[in-house]
Amino acid sequence: MKLSIQVNEGPYQHQCSDSAYNFTKAALEKGHEIFRVFFYHDGVNNGTRLASPPQDDRNVQQRWSDLAKEHEVDLVICVAAAQRRGIVDDGEAERNGKDATNIMDGFRISGLGQLIEAGIQSDRLVVFGG
Amino acid sequence: MSEIKNFLYVNRKAPYGTVYALESLEVVLIGAAFDQDVSLIFMDDGVFQIKKDQNTEASGLKNFSPTYNALGDYDVNKIYVEKESLEARGMTIDDLMPLTYEDEDDDWAEKSSIRMVSADEIRDLMEESDVVLSF
Amino acid sequence: MLHIVNKSPFERDAFTSCMAHAAADSTVLLIEDGVFAAMKGSTVADQLSKTKVVALQSDVAARGIEANLADGVEMVDYAGFVDLVTDNEKIQSWV
Repeated sequence: MKLSIQVNEGPYQHQCSDSAYNFTKAALEKGHEIFRVFFYHDGVNNGTRLASPPQDDRNVQQRWSDLAKEHEVDLVICVAAAQRRGIVDDGEAERNGKDATNIMDGFRISGLGQLIEAGIQSDRLVVFGG
Repeated sequence: MSEIKNFLYVNRKAPYGTVYALESLEVVLIGAAFDQDVSLIFMDDGVFQIKKDQNTEASGLKNFSPTYNALGDYDVNKIYVEKESLEARGMTIDDLMPLTYEDEDDDWAEKSSIRMVSADEIRDLMEESDVVLSF
Repeated sequence: MLHIVNKSPFERDAFTSCMAHAAADSTVLLIEDGVFAAMKGSTVADQLSKTKVVALQSDVAARGIEANLADGVEMVDYAGFVDLVTDNEKIQSWV
């Protein structure tokens, strides 16, 4: 089955991202297709590469990135939410005159239409939120 | 895109205290361009999103309540408000903004987008939807 | 229909609102702090009989409440969570 996931909370502050990650992993292991994981609200903070969590804890952002690489999962960060919170890729840095980028490998920034499209194209959309 | 799905936006959070209401509205506005069947529910603290007389001047926050008035122009005109949620908060429909749309099938007559529904009707709306986006 | 609740019923109204709106033949999955709604003898325990209620095992275990669960509450792992999502055509998260 074709599934999409929405992640509405940032890492560490809320369990939301852990739940979404565990669900996504389990769905892939069962042979389902993940059409897209869409990060919204503070969920966009899952896509920074500049976090340095303690070594004895999980690395939430890295874990998503690894999952994307291993299973070619489409990790999409909402551009409007990202602009508010300072998640920046090359295109955004240029457009908004920022002096740095911080997006994690495996994520891409795109519009809210990607969430609607995920709802249309997928058999199920599961919202993980706060 | 040929397939039309029923998109249901469930708004259960108050505005300003958290960002969910504002960013939910942004999804609705973008989603309106996709020619899907769209319904909005305001229930629980979500009914405060469409309270009339919102004034953010002294708080420095962005007042996004006028945007709800524009929903009719985006063909988003099925706005369901749960009666029980209003009553539990000491409000009636008169406490809400008069959200309207122009009905193209009725000589563009201006009509209310707000439909007062019971908890039982909310249950049916949820069961009938294809995609539930909760904020 | 599958309803997912992730809030403690003692802090937020998500569980109570969900139980007031869920059809009798739906399934309610408790995850994250939502699992506290399954505590035996709590002030919300009488609502558990309204629908089938399932709790996510890993979140129950993390909070140390497995022995406190009300009778009739089933547990699933993440694979079971995925099955609930694919078995139910409609899904609503009470975030």
